Amino acid sequence: MTTPTHVLASPHRSPRWLRHSLVLARRSLAKTSRNPGTVVNGVVTPALFLVLFLSLFGNALAGATSDYLQYLFPGILVMGAGLTGLVSTGTNINIDLKNGVTDRFRSLPISRLAPLLGSVLADIVRYLAAVAILYLIGTALGFRSDGGLAPALAAIGLAVLFGFCLSWITVFLGVALKSAEAVLAFSFLTFLPLQLGTSLATPAAGLPGWLQAWVTLNPVTAAMDACRALLNGTPAGDSITTTLIWCAAIFLVFCPLAVSAYGRRE
Amino acid sequence: MADYGLETHELAKRFGRTTALDGVDLALPRGQVLGLLGPNGAGKTTLIRILATLLRPDAGTARVAGHDVTRQPAQVRRHIALSGQHASVDEEIDGRANLIMIGRLLDLPRRDAARRADELLARFGLTEAGTRRVATYSGGMRRRLDLAVSLVGRPRVVFLDEPSAGLDPGKREELWQMIRDLGAEGVTVLLTTQYLEEADALADTIVVIDHGRVVAAGTPPELKRQVGGHTVTVRVSDPAAAGRAAAVLAGVTGREPERSARHQLAVPVTRDDDLVRITAQLHREAVEVSELSLRLPSLDEVFLALTHTPAIVPAPQRPQS
Repeated sequence: MTTPTHVLASPHRSPRWLRHSLVLARRSLAKTSRNPGTVVNGVVTPALFLVLFLSLFGNALAGATSDYLQYLFPGILVMGAGLTGLVSTGTNINIDLKNGVTDRFRSLPISRLAPLLGSVLADIVRYLAAVAILYLIGTALGFRSDGGLAPALAAIGLAVLFGFCLSWITVFLGVALKSAEAVLAFSFLTFLPLQLGTSLATPAAGLPGWLQAWVTLNPVTAAMDACRALLNGTPAGDSITTTLIWCAAIFLVFCPLAVSAYGRRE
Repeated sequence: MADYGLETHELAKRFGRTTALDGVDLALPRGQVLGLLGPNGAGKTTLIRILATLLRPDAGTARVAGHDVTRQPAQVRRHIALSGQHASVDEEIDGRANLIMIGRLLDLPRRDAARRADELLARFGLTEAGTRRVATYSGGMRRRLDLAVSLVGRPRVVFLDEPSAGLDPGKREELWQMIRDLGAEGVTVLLTTQYLEEADALADTIVVIDHGRVVAAGTPPELKRQVGGHTVTVRVSDPAAAGRAAAVLAGVTGREPERSARHQLAVPVTRDDDLVRITAQLHREAVEVSELSLRLPSLDEVFLALTHTPAIVPAPQRPQS
């Protein structure tokens, strides 16, 4: 067997799958600039929750609106860094799969991971844009990060990492299910309890028993608690570790599932 | 190893209860153009998708550019290019960016990818359109870009699924020339088409499939011969002489000629000297003839005879939408 000549002595140092993913992420981002819906959606929904909860509970819960803003805002950032966009990530992948371009990608000598990772990486950039805009809104409303710059960046990083890992659930649904409608319905059902039963508006401790049990278990609560602790400079307890464990677990289960479903899809 | 661009052996594929491919054998020498002809649902697209490693066959084997499609799909993908039924280019970015993107995915360094993109834009007459968003392209331009994108990696085997569907005749001719050039460069081409005229114009070999089986294979003239003998058609100058001409044709061939509109008579002939005898007899009878021809059956007739389905409209005369 001779070595195929087309395996070019590549001058690149990065692994091929990562390079290909970045090329495909750029393709996806080029479309965003023309159709900024994902970013707008990632900003508007969390911003609405921010204003809604702030006016509803601002005085009742914390005594002062500014104190409540310090509690509420980190959870809003976690929403913006992925939670809001989850349904559209899977739906978009599903729609893209029916497009002739996907057939072309699948007939190229590139890793099966690359098109999926490229799509998720592009979403990360969109989430970051949404987070940046949300941060400006929060600051305008009076939010101040008491923990300093490095913990604030760590909080944003953790929120985006969490969004990245959670994305693989919807990517898997997007690849495994036939129609975009099914993806929409399944994603909605999967993420509704994750999105609603959280410590976003009030601490888990103050909730009734059954709800408290779920909210405590919900990985989104861990992520929100961790971001809150980092941004406010309060003790994080084991929330950061719990978030990282959830991130790893979700990613390690759903990424291989999604890639294998993509390879088998006919 | 024989020098085949692609070969399949007893290839089979089912979808639930539907048999899409029912034991297909093909062998296409390198650098040849194979026209895969068949009605809708005959299995053409399934076959292409298996050969392009997008589908796994249930049974049988297929080798493309010397590699097995199920056991060495990664190697196959290095040598093939697929041009979809619907232009598979990215509408939201410009033509040049489409070409560069594929070049980068094929591991060309950035500068080489850009150079290759410009080269292909020039070859396909798209240099000026290169910086425009593909969504603004006409149907013909999109098809040309699609073909250009397929060639970025200098593939050895190219699959074209209904390449000219929906193109107007002028644009089709242009695309055909580009496909012929591919064959001349040693690229093996498999194209599916519903247009008999297209297969006739491009293919070295035509394979007719129906219900997932090969019903005929050969060069276009071979196929025409396989289906039957020649036909003599006669058009008389004076309509009143049509009866006498019919009698002559019946006398020589022993069969009643078919009368079509506009005083044309057609009759199948079996012996080599039938045409000469018909000509002589018409002359003796003083029947004036405005047209006299001996022809092979058209591909439409071949198709009808082989698949027992009505022939497809030979070529799209409709303008592109």
